Amino acid sequence: MFRNQYDTDVTTWSPAGRLHQVEYAMEAVKQGSAAIGLRSKTHVVLAAVNKASSELSSHQKKLFKIDNHIGIAMAGLTADGRVLSRYMRSECINHKFVYESPLPVGRLVVQVADKAQVCTQRSWKRPYGVGLLVAGLDETGPHLYQNCPSGNYFEFHAFAIGSRSQAAKTYLERKFESFMDCSKEELVRHALHAVKESLQEEELSSANCGVAIVGVGEPFVILDSKTLQAYIESLEGAKDDQATKIEVEEERNPAVIERQDVSGGGGVGVGAEGEGPSDMET
Amino acid sequence: MHHPQVLRSQMRWECHGGQEESKQEQIYVGRSLMGPPTPFTLMPMPGVPITHTQQPYVTGTSVLGLIYEGGVLIAADTAGSYGSTTRFKSVERMKAVSNNTLLGASGEISDFQAITQLLDRLIVADAMWDDGNDLGPLDIHNYLTRVMYNRRNKFDPLWNTLILGGVKNGVKHLGSVSMIGVHYVDNHIATGFGIHLAQPIFREEWKENMTLEEGTRLLEKALLVLFYRDRSAINKIQVANVTEDGVHISQPYALKSEWNLEAFKNPTASAAGSW
Repeated sequence: MFRNQYDTDVTTWSPAGRLHQVEYAMEAVKQGSAAIGLRSKTHVVLAAVNKASSELSSHQKKLFKIDNHIGIAMAGLTADGRVLSRYMRSECINHKFVYESPLPVGRLVVQVADKAQVCTQRSWKRPYGVGLLVAGLDETGPHLYQNCPSGNYFEFHAFAIGSRSQAAKTYLERKFESFMDCSKEELVRHALHAVKESLQEEELSSANCGVAIVGVGEPFVILDSKTLQAYIESLEGAKDDQATKIEVEEERNPAVIERQDVSGGGGVGVGAEGEGPSDMET
Repeated sequence: MHHPQVLRSQMRWECHGGQEESKQEQIYVGRSLMGPPTPFTLMPMPGVPITHTQQPYVTGTSVLGLIYEGGVLIAADTAGSYGSTTRFKSVERMKAVSNNTLLGASGEISDFQAITQLLDRLIVADAMWDDGNDLGPLDIHNYLTRVMYNRRNKFDPLWNTLILGGVKNGVKHLGSVSMIGVHYVDNHIATGFGIHLAQPIFREEWKENMTLEEGTRLLEKALLVLFYRDRSAINKIQVANVTEDGVHISQPYALKSEWNLEAFKNPTASAAGSW
């Protein structure tokens, strides 16, 4: 990423037609530790890599319940993520109060995206530095969305964001066609496998990852460490053909369905993959 | 109602004997000298409480509704009364809100029209999302409850009792919202005089999964009683059928009523001195 004379203001276009500040904001997402989401016909699972900045501190909270039928995983500036989750919770509860029915997750995602877009078009604001994976239900079933700092949103069958997410994405690309018919347990195991890819050398344990599930008839819940540990132990037992470490390949656009082009995605991310998280971001 | 005496004491004006009348004239722009103060504020003045219309003008009488096996049936006559006069005889008191929800209203007709405009805007805004989600009868019922209750809190009510019925995803919904925000759902609902004359019939004769004919006959039975006994009802009714596939409001029609009774033939037979 090169510094240039068009990247000081979010409201300044570069001659190449890019808003560099927005792209830098998306860089911040890539620096945060990984968040992964995947869905079946009945459930959506979110998983997050929990990084503690030191052995003495607790890890950052990255999984948030928004309503009984919606939850998010974030990557990037978690402080920005908390503000967005407060907005989302407020929208959900207001909708519930007026209409006595749950806010459809698709609507909420668009509202968040529009809110993020405002920050890309005001000189006195800065874009949100957090990417969200939004898991939720509406009338048409379970859905998984991604919200970007650019104000774009996409729907996915499975996706991963944050640092070393490419390893997870590679796993998901290989397996995503089978997700639709998975049971809840199988889906969680796939999520944990994907997290394992992102962790690479580290041992997967309930201390360095978090998992949350929402499903038809099942409210959003973040798994407690005991349940999570049980799932992790069940991974060892199941046939595990991902044991060999997968080298991080050069960045390529994943083949997951309905992904649209992110603005100025071409030159972004050179050298960003594989770098550890900095102090203020997780 | 606010009386001039109360207002004057609130304003701490000095009450000189002869000048009281002229001071009263100064308070009310428009020179209303006839007894109680105007029921609405023509022009806000300092110290004078703002009042809103507290009485209805053109009103509709009862609306009846019941759930049957295929959806919801709602019926109302087409009369708009102006006090004790039956002023308008072709008033549509039921309106399709969306393709699976119907709203019927008794009370002030102009407020009903304002509510239908409000709901039109709501439905259009919802449709503009274009995301496969749409507002169902439960959502609209709750939305109307919020509207009615908030207006009541501002002492500026929409003078209606609303009946909201519809079907979504196989779930049938029939509910009522009053002008003060009281709301509930039930298998059969009535407003106005219907509460006293039609509900008892429903309680006796309504059952689960009635056919369309049975439901319509039950509604017509109750409407006939209302025509006999409610002075603001007329014998010109519409019945609306709301199913998952759509809303169908019938053309107005009349019920067969029986007036050839002995007591009517010679009404004054037993009244000595009458002619």
